[in-house]
This record gives sequence, structure tokens and C-alpha cells, in this order.
Amino acid sequence: MAIADPPKIVTSRLGFDDSHTLERYLATGGYEGLRTALAKTPEDVAAEVDAASLLGRGGAGFPAGRKWSMLRKAAVTYLVVNGDESEPATFKDHLLVERDPHQLIEGVVIAAYALQVTRVFIFVRGEFALGLERVQAALNDAYAHGAVGRDIFGSGFSVDVVVHPGAGAYICGEETALLESLEGKRGFPRIKPPFFPAAIGLYGDPTVVNNVETMSNLPWIMTNGGAAFAALGAGRSTGTRLFALAGHVNNPGVFELEMVKTTFNDLINAPRLGGGVPHGRGLKAFIPGGVSAPWFGPDQIDLPLGQDEVAEAGSMLGSGSIVVMDDHTCAVRAAWRITKFFSRESCGQCTPCREGSGWLERIMDRIERGEGREEDLDLLLDACDNISPGVAWPPQQTTICVLGPSIPSSISSAITMFRDEFLVHIKEGGCPYG
Amino acid sequence: MGDQDAETGGTDAPVDEGVEFTIDGRTVRARKGEMLIAAAERAGTFIPRFCYHPRMEPVGMCRMCLVEVSGPRGATLMPSCFIEAAPGMEIVTDSAKVKKAQDGVLEFLLINHPLDCPVCDKGGECPLQDQTLAYGPGESRFVEEKRHFEKPIPISDLVLLDRERCIQCSRCTRFADEVAGEAQIDFIGRGEQIQIGTFPELPFTSYFSGNTVQICPVGALTATPYRFTARPWDLDQVESTCTTCSVGCRVAVQSSSNRLTRLLGIDIDPVNHGWLCDKGRFAADAVNSEDRLTEPMIRKEGALVAVSWHEALEAVATGLKAAVAERPESVGIIGGARLTNEGAYAWARLAKGVLGTDSVDAQIGDGLPAELVLGLPRATIDQAASASTVVLLTGDVREELPVLFLRLRAAAVDGDVAIVELSPQATSLTAHAEVSLRYGPGDAAALVDALVSGGTPPNAAAEPGALDRARQLMGEGPVVVIVGRPSLAEDGELVADAARKLSAALPEARFLPALRRGNVLGALDMGLAPGVLPGRVALEDGRAWFEEAWGSVPLARGRGTADMLAAAAGDQAEGSAVTALVLLGADPLTDFPDRRLAERALDAADFVVAVVTAPGAALDHADVVLPAAEAHERPGTTTNLEGRVFRLGQKLVPPGQAWPDWMIAGELAVHLGHDLGFDSVGTVWDEIERVAVSHRGITRTVLDAHGAADGVVAPLSLSKVSLARRNAPLDPVAVPGVESVERQGASLQAGLAASPNAAADGPEAADPSDGGPSRPAVLSGPGEFAVPHVAPADGYSVRLVASRVLYDGGAAVASVSTLAGLVAPGALRANPHDLDELGVSSGGQVRLRSATASAVVPVEPDASLPRKVVAADFNVPLGDGTVADLIDRAFPVVDLRMESL
Repeated sequence: MAIADPPKIVTSRLGFDDSHTLERYLATGGYEGLRTALAKTPEDVAAEVDAASLLGRGGAGFPAGRKWSMLRKAAVTYLVVNGDESEPATFKDHLLVERDPHQLIEGVVIAAYALQVTRVFIFVRGEFALGLERVQAALNDAYAHGAVGRDIFGSGFSVDVVVHPGAGAYICGEETALLESLEGKRGFPRIKPPFFPAAIGLYGDPTVVNNVETMSNLPWIMTNGGAAFAALGAGRSTGTRLFALAGHVNNPGVFELEMVKTTFNDLINAPRLGGGVPHGRGLKAFIPGGVSAPWFGPDQIDLPLGQDEVAEAGSMLGSGSIVVMDDHTCAVRAAWRITKFFSRESCGQCTPCREGSGWLERIMDRIERGEGREEDLDLLLDACDNISPGVAWPPQQTTICVLGPSIPSSISSAITMFRDEFLVHIKEGGCPYG
Repeated sequence: MGDQDAETGGTDAPVDEGVEFTIDGRTVRARKGEMLIAAAERAGTFIPRFCYHPRMEPVGMCRMCLVEVSGPRGATLMPSCFIEAAPGMEIVTDSAKVKKAQDGVLEFLLINHPLDCPVCDKGGECPLQDQTLAYGPGESRFVEEKRHFEKPIPISDLVLLDRERCIQCSRCTRFADEVAGEAQIDFIGRGEQIQIGTFPELPFTSYFSGNTVQICPVGALTATPYRFTARPWDLDQVESTCTTCSVGCRVAVQSSSNRLTRLLGIDIDPVNHGWLCDKGRFAADAVNSEDRLTEPMIRKEGALVAVSWHEALEAVATGLKAAVAERPESVGIIGGARLTNEGAYAWARLAKGVLGTDSVDAQIGDGLPAELVLGLPRATIDQAASASTVVLLTGDVREELPVLFLRLRAAAVDGDVAIVELSPQATSLTAHAEVSLRYGPGDAAALVDALVSGGTPPNAAAEPGALDRARQLMGEGPVVVIVGRPSLAEDGELVADAARKLSAALPEARFLPALRRGNVLGALDMGLAPGVLPGRVALEDGRAWFEEAWGSVPLARGRGTADMLAAAAGDQAEGSAVTALVLLGADPLTDFPDRRLAERALDAADFVVAVVTAPGAALDHADVVLPAAEAHERPGTTTNLEGRVFRLGQKLVPPGQAWPDWMIAGELAVHLGHDLGFDSVGTVWDEIERVAVSHRGITRTVLDAHGAADGVVAPLSLSKVSLARRNAPLDPVAVPGVESVERQGASLQAGLAASPNAAADGPEAADPSDGGPSRPAVLSGPGEFAVPHVAPADGYSVRLVASRVLYDGGAAVASVSTLAGLVAPGALRANPHDLDELGVSSGGQVRLRSATASAVVPVEPDASLPRKVVAADFNVPLGDGTVADLIDRAFPVVDLRMESL
């Protein structure tokens, strides 16, 4: 399949060294989308986003327009932007926050206008020191420019935007934990159902939570129209998307690609994209959408980069982070490392995740060290089943939030795809990859 | 809740409204808004749980209560503690999927649990053990190293934390935050390493810390006094009521080999919701004290020597007879709040019917006029907690009546109750009050005047609009007034006067007397106060009735404690001296506000009898000492501040020859030539029910009835049967260790039916037509009492407030080693501007001088105090003495000069 050459929607300025400055932003059409939006009614702005059929870029892929329309009926009080991107190998929002903060701010103000929200919080991962610095500086400049604050561009619309740094917990990327954290509390996810942020959100008021990349698409959609956005991609997966490619490729990085029109094979192997697996090694497996997604093998490499297409194949496009494993990778060690991440980042609130993640990590570690037992494979899967009944995709859960059912994916994928490798570890008393 | 439930009175009252849903195919009804776990439990399906507690907000953390709930996407596992029952909802609690989830959660909880059950206090009553047995996997598949923590670590003087046993259910942290309002413990860390901890430099000092131990579903939190003292299966239990203060929390009293091991709170709707304060919980240990008095003693050649009861009672009779021969009023009886109702009644009858003295006072200069307390329309705690406005005219409720504080705080925080606080200084409820108005000692009535008639308050420092807001709130009924003693350094009549004015201005308002001592309300009901007779009857109103019942009653109204002590000390008119004093479990040297007067009185009295349970300062003055049984050693009844009569459980045999008080009074009467006719505590109650008008109809059958375990509010009337209901059976996971609920035979209705006076009678019923004296009227209204004139302060003086703290030098704390260490030295609090004027800074010292006393005391600023008002805590160390050294009851308020050194 030929690689489509779509317009650059969110990465158009990244070629400039000063892409984060107001000067560069204004010189490249910045804040024009906002002016367009402010000339319309809020309803028309929302309708434009609806027409774009922009799917949320945070991982769950919920249509942003629908999320808003659920809320526009009631008075929305807060818009919260989730920039707490913390998963291993996920680094697309990082780029947008650091390299094009004005685009984010413009998108935020457009969304605030559509929702008629006057208070916005941008929650940025605390470890993004440069990103925080830049988004705060950009916000100050935007206030001075009249793009944020009172009576924006003379439209009569006012909104205040606050940048809030995270404190180093992955779980605060979960939207309700993020809200708790914003409220100054411990980052414990809230139980949903019965109450979603749309009904009871920040400080108990209706709240929209959107991802950084989702927001960053809005200026382009306002300037070029929702139809132009929807014309890109296919099916439900419209527009372009950022894909963070990591692992064993010659050219890791973030790529903006048209959805569905590009395949994993293109992304991993095309010379202008991933550039293939280094050292002439073969592809062993890849994770299509963040470390909580089930793994794919080489036989699924021709799947298109589309939300529904990946879901139908039994995994998810998720946060758009693709991790490539070459054939020198130990599947046990890879799954152990992912499990260890989830164990360290479990908030500790509910039992299956708190205790289960630690237990799974210790079993995986034991197998990797050569102290495994054959019955450990069934034990691993059964413990996974107690966190996520059925260990299927899409997952069920016994936990409060989706961190729990994220844990079993790598373990069950590794055991299903590379059972022999586990048995070698167990029988030979160690890792064959050394 | 509460009142409405009480009126229907039924334990099995049908749920009229609500929603229908199915559990395991069975159609059941839930109350509107009820969580599945609670609705299922009422319908007979117990869903296992750890973090869920019926008195706290659900958090859905432990995941033990997962059930399958049908929904648009098929049946999914959901926490039944967090999902409200909805019409048509189908839940399944016993499917293979649910069982797998329960199995899984328990296995997860156990992998890092140390399983040190053989050395764990909780072993044998542990919800983790019990539910593992019932719902858990048979064996562990965990072969890794468990996580380790140092164990146990103290998180307060009373509570130890074992982090290895903790299952992170957050019951303790939620209790501290939600219920006690002091988030002094919280989670630290995350994931597997999450643990309970205190904040750096900030200890867990809550007065309610023991509740966290009680509700811990594992042995992670243990109480130092109970730790390693018993195994649950060796404990015997009886249900009773705590008598440390007058709230009347329902408790399970547990013992092993005639040694009290612990108290656990029992959840009853009308009073304590399962909670206890640490003083009530741990002060019960006093009963085990090695210092208990076990033998009667007589002072011979200056020293107390043990004698027989016969010899001791003969000596008491001789001494009292000699005094009565002069004038009956030369005998004074002080105390009685420690007694059961039966003990109080027996002593009241002995004093008023046999000795002929009306100088009897269960309040030790720290109370309110008895007529006011007994005559004002009484509120229940539930009425206060569901009122529109609660007016506080009392001391700090958390310091004096801790569990009432919990109820009022919850009513203000979670409910719609607006609190109007009238207080000389900030209290624990100030933060929850809509309006706080400050006044100086002696000015309470003037402040009420300003509120009800629109005048200017005595202390103009109130925020603008505060008075108007308070007036508005007090105009929105129902209003409940909590009236107590904001200061022991002013006469009780001064605050009583303010209450009287409130009752005149708010005729619909009800009052909850915040008198602190255990059974003080019961003692007042039983006539242990001057001017009243048993049954809330005035002396003159009840004269004919009690002359018929007792043979005689005192000719004239007697004295209260302050006047008795003054008369004993020779401060009153010649020929009116009190020469014989009986101390009924009271020690004026520590309890009476004016210590110098108490000392002079005890020094001067010719004959002093101390009826006590443990040694105290008063013993040095006693000519005869009679050992009495303590709480948990005696059956009978007690009455809380609502007028709620509870059965007491007897768990222990009194030590040595200690007797219950009713028996001491009865035997003493025999030595005085009278037979009171009591041969058991039950026969005393029978007589109370017969002669005490306010208690008519509350027969032993009623008190023993099934529905009366939560108490019966006196007076009983058929129009409003104030019987409580209990959500039986008690939840074994909510209150681990309370295994059973004491159930007394008949059901409530049967009990009422079997009670001849309750069925056809009540206090308001027609008089018997047998020609005897007519039944006296129960007191109503605030009553008559003289209000002392308070001269304006002279401008150079400061006016003293003496307020209570929970842990003080009183007998309840002093005799328990775990609590005695919690008594902290106090400081004089003063308005910072007054300290600035003196040039004294926080932590500095000032000299306080009155006409007769002087002391050097440390100071600290307190901006809540009006100018020229200073405050100190009563009965805790202050400088070289206590604040009682500075109080002179010859004056209605205490004015002092405050000088820099």
C-alpha cells in the first residue's frame, strides 16, 4: 500500500526551531481557527467538530463531538485537558506540549467556546519540565495577545486557563484520578458507574476531559472545516493521527499519518517512517497501541492504522504508541517489564490491581530468573482472570479503573504467542537470551 | 430517621416506598437510594465485604462485594456497596462468576497478609478470617516473599499499627476524616506499598481513635490497653450502656475471668451509631484497678481501718442521727451521678424520706438548676440532629460529650442543621457553626436578650450581620437548644437564665441538657437535687403523693452543693451549718469549681461519709468509707441526657465487699430504723415505676422487651412511644467482636401490652380513684431560680472562663494509666491584644490575682476570646495548681487582675 501524503494537521510547525513561540505561531496562521470559531455560534462550532467525527486521542477513542453533546444539554462548568502522558513508549502529547503549545491553547479556547466553559485546567505531566515551561509561557503570551482571558479578540467570550503540573503518578492520566489530583487529593480513580465526569466531575460539577492531541486538532478543523478533516482517513477513523513509534526500529519517533490509509507495515518499515528493524533482524511482535494493548505478531503487520480495524483484530490503537520487538527480544522479559510498570503505578486503591499486579510481577520475575514452575503459566492466567475476568479483549474488570485490566494484556499475549519460550525459561532454569 | 422510626416503633415496619428489584431471582424491595449491599442484607442475603461500613460513605475499594448486575451490556461485576438499587435491577450474588471474583479478591488479600493469626488480637473475631472460611480459596498459590514492614508501630498513645496485616480498606482513615472530622491518618505511598500513616510531626490525637481499632476488619490496628490480654473466644459479653458521660453510648462489655477486657460500641440509631470516645472506651479499665476499695473503713485514731459492714453502717447511722437530731438539714449529701437510677432513688428516699433533709445534690457545682433541666421540654439527640437550627449554649461538646459532638457534627456537615453557637470562646463546633456569637462570663442572658428582642449585644465584637443571621436561623424551627455549662467560673444560674429567656422567646424549642456526669440526668429524675422529688416533681407539688408513698418528706427546700459546702465551712448564717456530709461518689476536692471552699468545708464538717469505688483526695477527710460497686459490676438502669432509660448489664462481680449503692442505702436505712423494702434492684425499679410520675409505665417488662435494648425515653406516653428500633442483627463485619445482640424475651409490643401502666396509662392518664392523694404534676417550664447580679467588670480586670477538657484530673482518667498520661498541662488563654498590652508573648507567663488568691501561669493567645476575657481548662495543671484555686464561689463571676511578671 502506498503511503498517503496527508496534510500536516498538528505537526505543521515542527520544522521550525521556534515553533513554540507566539511569533512563529502567528506567522503560520495561528489563532485564525479561534477567530473563525468566535465568529460562529457555539453550537455551530460543536457541529463542525461533530462533522469532523474527531475521535478522542487519549486512548479510549471516544468521539469528541459526542462527548461534548452529552454535556451541552447541561451547563458544563469545567474543561480539563489531559496532558499527563506517562505510559512507556508513549510520547506524542509530549511533543505537542513542548513544540506547539499555542496550537494546544488555541484548541482549548475553541473547545471552551463551544462548550461555553469559562474555566479550563491543562493538567501536564510533571516530568515535562520543558513542556510545562513552554505551555505556561505560551499561555502568558496568549493572554497578552488577547487569545485567552477576558473578551477574547473582542468577541465578548472570556475564559481562564490554568496550567497544573502533575506530581509523578501514571494513574493521574486516568481522567477521574486526574480530577481528584486537581482537587488536591490523592490520585485515586473514582468509581464509574454511576457517575461519570460529564455528570459529576471536577469539584462535583459537570466536566469535559479531553486529550492534548484532540485539542490540538481543533484549530485546523476550524480553519479547514470538519468535512475536510472527515475526508481524511476512513470509516470512524477520520483525519490524521500521531503515532509514537518506539522499540527496535531504525527511525523511532512521532509520525503524523492519515488514519486507515497507512498500515503498521508502512509505519515500521517504510524508509521515510520507521525504516525497518535494525541489524537485519526479524520482527518478533509489536504492540499496536500502548503497553496495555494485546500484542500483534508479524502476521498482523498489514493491518491498517484504524481504530475499528485494530479492535476487530483483538487489540487497540489506544494511545497510538507502537512498540516493535525484534526476534532477539525475550518475550518473558518484555512482559515482565510491562507488568512491573503497572505494579509500580497501581494506585493501590482496589485489591485486585494492588495485590494482583505485584504478584504477577513477582511470578514473571521468577520465571525470567529461571525459577519458574510449569504450573506458573496457569497461575499467571488465572490471577489475570481474577483482575480481568475472561482475560479477553475488550476486557472486563473487577477493578475500579482500567489500569487493572491493562495488566493482563502483555502476560496473556506473551504466553499465548510464546508459550515455548516460557517453557524454555522454566526447563533450562534461565533466560535463553541471557 | 430516629423520631419517625421511633413513633412507628416497629422493628419490622414495612418499607412503604422504594424500589423493587431481584436478588438471585427473588423479588425484594429496597429503600429509595439504598445501596444493593444493604438492601440485600435486609432481604436476608449477606454479601461479603471489608471496606463497606454502614455508617460511612461507600468507597468500593476492597472489591469483595462484587455481584453481577444486569445492564444494557449484559451482566457485569459491580461493587454492591456502590450501586443503588434501581427498579427492575437484577443482581446475582451466587453465580460462578461472582464466586470466582470473591475467591480471587480473598486470595489477593491474603498473599501479602502475614497470617500471624495465632498472635493477632483479631484472631477469632476477624472478618478476614471469617470471610476467607466462608467465601475464600482453600489454599494459597502464593510462593513468593510477602511484603514486610516493621511491626507494629505506635500511631498514637492508644493505637498501634501493623502495616503487614493491613488490607488497605480505608475504614480507619475514612472514620477519622468523615466521622471524627480529623484527618490525622491517611494513606502514604501507592500500589503494593500503600500504607496507613500519620503526618510528619502530627500525632493521631483524636478523642475517637479507639473506633478505628474497633472497625478495623483485620488486626492492623490494635489498642494498647487490650493488646494481648485475651482471646475473643475466652470473652463473655453483656450489653450495657457507657456511663462515663451522659450521652449513654450503647456498649458490649466483655470480660474474662471477672476482669473487664474491653468495651466495644454497639450501633444504635438513636444514640451512638456504634462509636465511642476513647475516654469511655478505655476509662472502663478503672474497674480493674488494683486500688479499688474492697472493705468498709472507719477512721480510728486518725487512720482508716477496715471494719465489717455492720460496724461501718452503725457508725454512719450514729453520725447521721446525731446531725439529724440538731436539724435534718444539717446533713448534706453531695454527688450521685455515678449511681444507677436505682441507687439514686434509694439514696433520695433515704435522704428525703428517712433523714428528712432536702440538701441533696447530684450536681457538684458544675450543673444547672434541677427545675430548669427537668422542666424544659426535652429534645432527643435525633431531634437535635434533624432540627433546622441547633443553638449551642454550652461548653465544648467534643470535650464534654464527645459522641454527641459526632452526632451534631454529622448533622451540620452532612445534614441541614444550622448551628448557632453562643460561647465565650471557640469550640470544636465553631468551624461547623453558621453563626458564632461571643460573650463574656455573666453576659449570656444579655446576649440572648439582644438576640430575641433586637437589642445590642454585650460584646459588640460580633461580625456585622451575625446577629441578624442568628435571629433568622432561630426563627426557623424546629429549634433545639443544647444547654450546659460554658464555664465553671460563673454561676450556673447565669446560663440557666439565658436558657429561660430562650424558652420564653422560642416556645416551640426543645432543650437537650449538656450535663456531663454519667447518670446525672437519672439522678435528677430520681430526686437527687434540692427542691425536687422522684419523677420530675417539685417538692411542694409532690408532698402529698410522697408522704403517702414514703411516710414523710422534708419540710423545706434544701441546699445545693455550693451552699452545702459554704454552710459546712461556716460561711452561712449561724444555726444553719451543715455538720455531716455524705459524698456519693463525688470528690469535691477535684470536682467542685472552688477548691479552697471544698477544702474548708471538708475540714470543718464534723462527720464525713464517703461512698466510693476507689481512693481519692476526699478519703483523707472521711470518717467512714463505704466501698461501692462500679459500672459493669451492678445491674440496674441508667438515664442519658435525653431522658432515655437503658438497662445496664452486669458483667463483673464487685471486688471484695463492695456493694451496689441501692443496697448500701437500703441497709443504712435499716440501721436508721427504717425498712425501705428493697430486696433486689428490680424491686427498687418497681417502686420507681409506681411513684415516679415521669417514669410511669416503664415497667421492668417494658425495659426487658426486645425493642427496648436501645432505651426507652421517659416519660412514656402512648401518643408517642419513644422506643428505638435496631437494624438487627448487628453487622459482624461492621463491628467485629460483637458477636451477638442481647435479646430480652418478649417483643416490644408484647412488652408494652404486658405493662399495665403502659397499656392504659401514662403520666398524663387519669388519677386512680382509690381516694389516695392525686398524682403530682411533672415539672414544666424553666422553673424559678434566683439569678445573681453580676457587677460590671472594673476595666482593670479580666473575667475568667473555666472550661472542660476530656482528659482531666478527674477520677475517670486518673485511675487508668493509659489515659492519665494524656492529661496535658494547660495555659491561660487570652485575647492577643490583651497580651500585647501587657507585653507578654505566647509561652510567657502572667500573674493572676484575686482578692484572696494569686498564681503565676503560662499564657497563650486565643483570638476567639473577647477582650478582657481569659480562659483556662478545669482540672488540669495550670502553673503550680489548677484554675480551681482561683475560683471563688462567693462571687457569681471571677474577676482577676492579670499582670506581667
